[in-house]
Amino acid sequence: MPAVIEARDLTKAFGAVIAVDHVSFEVRQGEIFGFLGPNGAGKTTTTRMLTGVVPMDGGSVRILGYDIRKEPVQAKQRFGVVPETSNAYVDLTAWQNLMLMGEIYGLDRNRAEQRSCDLLQTLGLYERRDQKVQGYSKGMKQRLILAMALLHEPELLFLDEPTSGLDVQSTQMILVLLRELNADGTTIFLTTHNMEEANRLCDRVGIIRSGRIVAIDAPERLKTAIDRIHRIEVSFDGEIAGDLLSGLAGITGTARTGDKWQITAEDQDTAIRSLVAFSRQEGMAILTLNTLAPSLDEVFLRLTEKERP
Amino acid sequence: MNPAGTSEQVRRAWAIAKKDIRIYYSKGPVLIFGIFMPVFLFLAFFMGGRQLPLAFLLSGLMGMTLFFTSTAVSPAIFPWEGQAKTLERLAACPITIEAIVLGDMIASILFGIGVTAVTLLIALALGLSLLHGIVLGSAVLLAAVCFSAIGMLLAVPPTNVPSNIMMLSSLLKFPLVFISGIFVPLEQMPAWGLALAVCSPLTYFTDLVRYSFTGAHYFPVPVDITALGLCTLVFTAATMHLHRRTMPRRM
Repeated sequence: MPAVIEARDLTKAFGAVIAVDHVSFEVRQGEIFGFLGPNGAGKTTTTRMLTGVVPMDGGSVRILGYDIRKEPVQAKQRFGVVPETSNAYVDLTAWQNLMLMGEIYGLDRNRAEQRSCDLLQTLGLYERRDQKVQGYSKGMKQRLILAMALLHEPELLFLDEPTSGLDVQSTQMILVLLRELNADGTTIFLTTHNMEEANRLCDRVGIIRSGRIVAIDAPERLKTAIDRIHRIEVSFDGEIAGDLLSGLAGITGTARTGDKWQITAEDQDTAIRSLVAFSRQEGMAILTLNTLAPSLDEVFLRLTEKERP
Repeated sequence: MNPAGTSEQVRRAWAIAKKDIRIYYSKGPVLIFGIFMPVFLFLAFFMGGRQLPLAFLLSGLMGMTLFFTSTAVSPAIFPWEGQAKTLERLAACPITIEAIVLGDMIASILFGIGVTAVTLLIALALGLSLLHGIVLGSAVLLAAVCFSAIGMLLAVPPTNVPSNIMMLSSLLKFPLVFISGIFVPLEQMPAWGLALAVCSPLTYFTDLVRYSFTGAHYFPVPVDITALGLCTLVFTAATMHLHRRTMPRRM
């Protein structure tokens, strides 16, 4: 897959504070990339540099092949941005905001109107399209911002905490739309604090701490990579002596809790294969088998724990 | 379509101008301020017993009207939008900083010309005859661009607190009115006053307006036009250049 975002040694300092310190990563075409980090880690600054809102002090960014410093207009023409804080014009109606975006993105009037109708209907705002945005709830404003970002059918979408503080209905509506957009080929760069959201949505996540990237991988691989010793919970339909299990390849320890065995293993794959082979050899069925990998929350906390007091 | 091309950016600047007119200029208080402020200044001098001819004072009124209206709102747009984060939205859109500034200038130019047209009607209603309509039209257009550029230049300091900019704006605008031969004819000014007056683009515009109504002028018309044109070029180039430098600091 070609890279849609290529950040190389991205650096930004505010006075003596280095907010982003030689950050490099790539986002591939068609993926949902989650960008995670504690408050003040440099997520928003990185996103602002990627979108050309603030200049970088060092490094380079290519968006869809365009250098964001040298060809910002061409790059911006092909992506959309949903910031954390709603920034629609509150003195304009939703429709007027969308028409303004249509003109700024160079859409002809008919196309802008058709897209606006479709998006407002999808996002449940069509009936209130002629109301000034200042009368909208937070969720409605956020949905409008999403519509404004999608009006020109961007190939790449940047979202900064898109569901932060929203009601369940707005959150679900936005998440469903993001999945549909991604299924249709839109690459998504998602900054979020919500680990569950990142876990469910993202193909890969990057974790930033103190302006530096500390991990980039698929959520499941990060979860398994975080612990050298893996835990597996297994139960069989018959009685087994503990020493039989601990002698199996890949298994380093066993402990019985109720009708289940808690297995520790250095190599999870080998241990599971051994357990399956063992059950077959002993003529027993495996009733349950769970890999107890850490949650993405635990991964995040582990990788960013130096930040915590 | 080349989104970075000049024609496309000018189209997008026009979208910014329409947005500005809708949000900032078509508000009652702004219109009232734009019209009343120069009228009250005019009345203060008209009734001040200085026995200045009506044609002189009405020419000054037109100069003030165009100057105040063209610089009334534009200095505060960037601070307002910086505060509301809408400027960040524009910064993430495929529009150059120059096109955003141009859009703000276009709105300011149209507002200035519109309100000045009302003053012109008042002048005609009070019996003044327009001798040189083409000169007046050209002068109004050129000066509106020049004053709008000055308005945008006042918005260069990267603060998102509108009151700071408005204070700076008043500090610069009012002295400029008093050194520009609006209330004191250039012929009656002391040498130091005249030295200040030649530095103000408002001086040349007022001189052209007086010429348009009375046929009398202090500087030759080509000098007035050239000076106003040069000021327009310098201020426009400066505002574009300086906003490009300071815009990121507003984010």
